[in-house]
Amino acid sequence: MKVALIKYNAGNVQSVRYALERLGADTELTDDPEIIRSADRVIFPGQGEASSAMAYLKERKLDHVIREIKQPFLGVCLGLQLLCTHTEENNTTCLGVFPVKVKRFIPSVRGQEKVPHVGWNSLENLVNNPLLKDLPDSKFMYYVHSYFAELGEHTLATTSYIQDFTAILHRDNFWAIQAHPEKSSVFGEKLLENFLALPSSLPHLY
Amino acid sequence: MLTKRIIPCLDIKDGRTVKGVNFVELRDAGDPVALAKLYSEQGADELVFLDITATVDKRKTLVDLVTQVAKEVRIPFTVGGGIGSVEDVYSLLAAGADKISINSAAVAQPELVDTLAREFGSQCVVVAIDSRQMDGIDWVHTHGGRKATSRQTRAWAKELADRGAGEILLTSMDHDGTKAGFALELTAAISGALPIPIIASGGAGTKVHFKEVFTSGKADAALAASIFHFKEIEIPELKTYLSDEGVVVRK
Repeated sequence: MKVALIKYNAGNVQSVRYALERLGADTELTDDPEIIRSADRVIFPGQGEASSAMAYLKERKLDHVIREIKQPFLGVCLGLQLLCTHTEENNTTCLGVFPVKVKRFIPSVRGQEKVPHVGWNSLENLVNNPLLKDLPDSKFMYYVHSYFAELGEHTLATTSYIQDFTAILHRDNFWAIQAHPEKSSVFGEKLLENFLALPSSLPHLY
Repeated sequence: MLTKRIIPCLDIKDGRTVKGVNFVELRDAGDPVALAKLYSEQGADELVFLDITATVDKRKTLVDLVTQVAKEVRIPFTVGGGIGSVEDVYSLLAAGADKISINSAAVAQPELVDTLAREFGSQCVVVAIDSRQMDGIDWVHTHGGRKATSRQTRAWAKELADRGAGEILLTSMDHDGTKAGFALELTAAISGALPIPIIASGGAGTKVHFKEVFTSGKADAALAASIFHFKEIEIPELKTYLSDEGVVVRK
């Protein structure tokens, strides 16, 4: 199985790559539209800043390429946020695959919760979906983020920090995870394994 | 709910794990990759690798170790020890480290913290503070706690947060190696005052000490080395204990 990892100068792509290789996938980190279009799976990994990531994608016309992907597609962390319509991070218009807005965490009045949200937190309200099949009982994932996607019709699971936010999204051939599956032990590995096991032909968005 | 993190620390010398009592006596505790995998399987939430002999010519060895850990371990890990430049950080992050930790270099050159936060994002910049109390005041020390500085710990922690540090790894040199408990008052003062997570280090000896540092110490994470390496406390039983005591942990 060939997995294209979209290159856009995001941090720590290596970990996602190693996680997929542990599952037996062939990976290629690329910003070449042809390689992206011909891969069996496409993953949009990442950490980084939204406006510079969007600028990088637009310069290479990857914004169009991503929206038109027909294979199973997975956004991770910043990848999830960029698939939404807009993020408050430097007031950036994003790809709009998910009709969801991304906002910045505002520390609670109690002052107990810090921003960014760093560490292991649990998934709640899981919806029946092939990505969430046969998961371990202990549903914790590793998070590092300051912005979150609001809840919406495409929310597959939620996590609670300061407020409930979208942990996982799904629409047609697009999935996205806010936490880092590549760093979330056996639980995260199972999510990636389920992603690789999705049918190659799915109803697609465009 | 966000959980409190348990972080074993692996001190690395020449590619092997060591842990010194007060950083002076060194004892061999094994192969770092094997130990890292074991801790990950036991439920450690993160790992810290501190290269205590890091010098320029040893950098390659460390990068190789980081690559090996990134390939085999499925939880986040931080690498520290002798990191002093953007290039050092780039090579470790590119090899697969999730975060880097700087210490003496931040004291010598505080603007390095701003630069790293800007270049790589605050989420991967951990700044370690070694603190020692003298006449009732907490002072920042460098070089494994041997060298005093003119900076006070609380003010330095605040400055680091303002400069863009993502987390602070606070080690009390007075408590490190004593197994008599963490520096609760200092940890709570810094954690309560700052908007970034505090990892408490130094002094872990019993399960109760971990409970204390997460409750009255207000720490977001707790780091320990020898008690884990020598199996005085095992992570699964520690987490069961903490959970029974009402501390939210990942199990």
